Amino acid sequence: MADLKDKNTRLAVGKTYKLYIDGKFPRTESGRYYPLHNKDEIIANVCLGSRKDTREAVVAARKAFAGWSGTSAYLRGQILYRIAEMLEGRSEQFVAELVKQGLTKAKARTEVAVSIDRLVYYAGWTDKFQQVFSSVNPVSSAHFNFTVPEPTGVVTIIAPEESGLLGLVSNIAAAIAGGNTCVALASYSMPLSAISFTEVLHAADVPAGVVNVLTGSRAELTEQFAAHMDVNAIVYCDGDAAVDREIQLHAANNIKRVVRRTGIDWSTEKGQGPYFIRDTQEFKTTWHPVGG
Amino acid sequence: MSTPASTSSSPLPRLDLVSRVDQTGVEERVARFCKRSIKKASKMQALKLALGMIDLTTLEGQDTPGKVRQLCQKAIHLHDSIPGLPHVAAVCVYPVMVGVARKALDDQGLAGEIKVASVATAFPSGMSPLHIKLEETKIAVAEGADEIDMVISRGAFLRGDYGYVFDEIAAVRDACGEAHLKVILETGELGTLDQVRRASVLAMHAGADFIKTSTGKIQPAATMPVTLVMLQAIRDHYYETGRQVGMKPAGGISKAKLAIQYLVMLRETLGQAWMAPEWFRFGASSLANDLIMQIQKQQTGVYQSADYFSKD
Repeated sequence: MADLKDKNTRLAVGKTYKLYIDGKFPRTESGRYYPLHNKDEIIANVCLGSRKDTREAVVAARKAFAGWSGTSAYLRGQILYRIAEMLEGRSEQFVAELVKQGLTKAKARTEVAVSIDRLVYYAGWTDKFQQVFSSVNPVSSAHFNFTVPEPTGVVTIIAPEESGLLGLVSNIAAAIAGGNTCVALASYSMPLSAISFTEVLHAADVPAGVVNVLTGSRAELTEQFAAHMDVNAIVYCDGDAAVDREIQLHAANNIKRVVRRTGIDWSTEKGQGPYFIRDTQEFKTTWHPVGG
Repeated sequence: MSTPASTSSSPLPRLDLVSRVDQTGVEERVARFCKRSIKKASKMQALKLALGMIDLTTLEGQDTPGKVRQLCQKAIHLHDSIPGLPHVAAVCVYPVMVGVARKALDDQGLAGEIKVASVATAFPSGMSPLHIKLEETKIAVAEGADEIDMVISRGAFLRGDYGYVFDEIAAVRDACGEAHLKVILETGELGTLDQVRRASVLAMHAGADFIKTSTGKIQPAATMPVTLVMLQAIRDHYYETGRQVGMKPAGGISKAKLAIQYLVMLRETLGQAWMAPEWFRFGASSLANDLIMQIQKQQTGVYQSADYFSKD
């Protein structure tokens, strides 16, 4: 048996980075990959997700929606907090992985720490944003009239290209805190932490299908994310005017909500807030008859 | 009334001589059917063919005349915003609902085109005396059923009383008169593929026009291995007697992709002659919507949502 301390005889076991769909880690059905470089070195072969992967992910998210939106807000908060706990325990791994993808050590540490804090932040909001955004409306009839937010459904997220972990975590957390399920497309240039983050989700008892993460080409998948009739909202973070136009055109098919989050420095407090949750909520107004 | 039974029924064969089924071989063969690549024009054709082969089914204790009328409406108007869709082959209901379905279809002038199928013979268990089963069959036919889906007595079959099961099918065949008879083997209760093969042979010799996998009330319902064994039995029966028997897998086929795999299996086992609603049916309720959604997807290039298609 090889001496484990001797680096010359111990062969490192590298991780195969796959997709995260319906609580499982499949390879892309297309069998396509792209090499991820750090300078001249290839650090991983990353799945080039396809149209069909997107379809599978949306089907999984739709299937998970009834259950996830039906769990109590309190439980959703606990699960988000649990994600933070799991991420904290593996923070060294995430720092190392971000460094591998080109970040400085200091930046990587900040990115992981803020990601954890952001999860705790949204864990706190799960049972509070309803109270902030709900209203009792004065009406001139014998009705008790009130408005409450409800999750919109399946949200696709084209996560920020420049922020591989934090940008993804911020957007996923806001969507699922509000009871939505989501399909996220990871940063093309920094996809590794996104896939490792799904292992954290998996360990934190997030039900299968609530979060699905794909890696791949934006040019190829944006249309799928925006056009799919079973998607209720799309979050776009990169701010490219031509892509934005394409998204709006496709989103018009079923009047998807289009949420743009551009020019946000995710490492600051500007990258969080209850309004991020509100973006993917629908408001339901109820007229309840009262006596008199 | 003429009795096709006398022409289609033949003596009870020696079931102990029926060839044995190689289960591993069947599973490997089925796995291959699932790997065929069906693209574009062929896929569109397969989707439409499958749609036209559906027995749109509602078999629940909570069925009401309103629900059955709605089902018939769905059978006629699958999704009018897509022009050129075929309508389903039949609606399948309980005997007490046959009259309602008959009237709903006749009122729309579709009497000949969409058939009314009725389950009968104490569906789904079959645990009633023979004379009651026959009476039930006759009533369903008198109410206007074009097709009768009977269940075999699995208890009698499993204890080896093949003669009883054979005679029962033949008697129901006579009671059907002009109506087509589909014989449900309830393969989920038969245990082995050998038994499925024997039951298929028995039912075909007793006069079945169709053999059908399941009631949909027992798991597992239709599976591809079971269906393949039955298709092979149909093929061998055809070679032996020259009589063409239809096939109806039922229960658990709710996705277009799976339906296409069944069609591949049908094509490669029985050939083109069986690729029509007269000889192959899907017993399903939610399959129709998935097929329509896939057809819409093929036409628009956009994946669809169940929100935009009628539920029943």
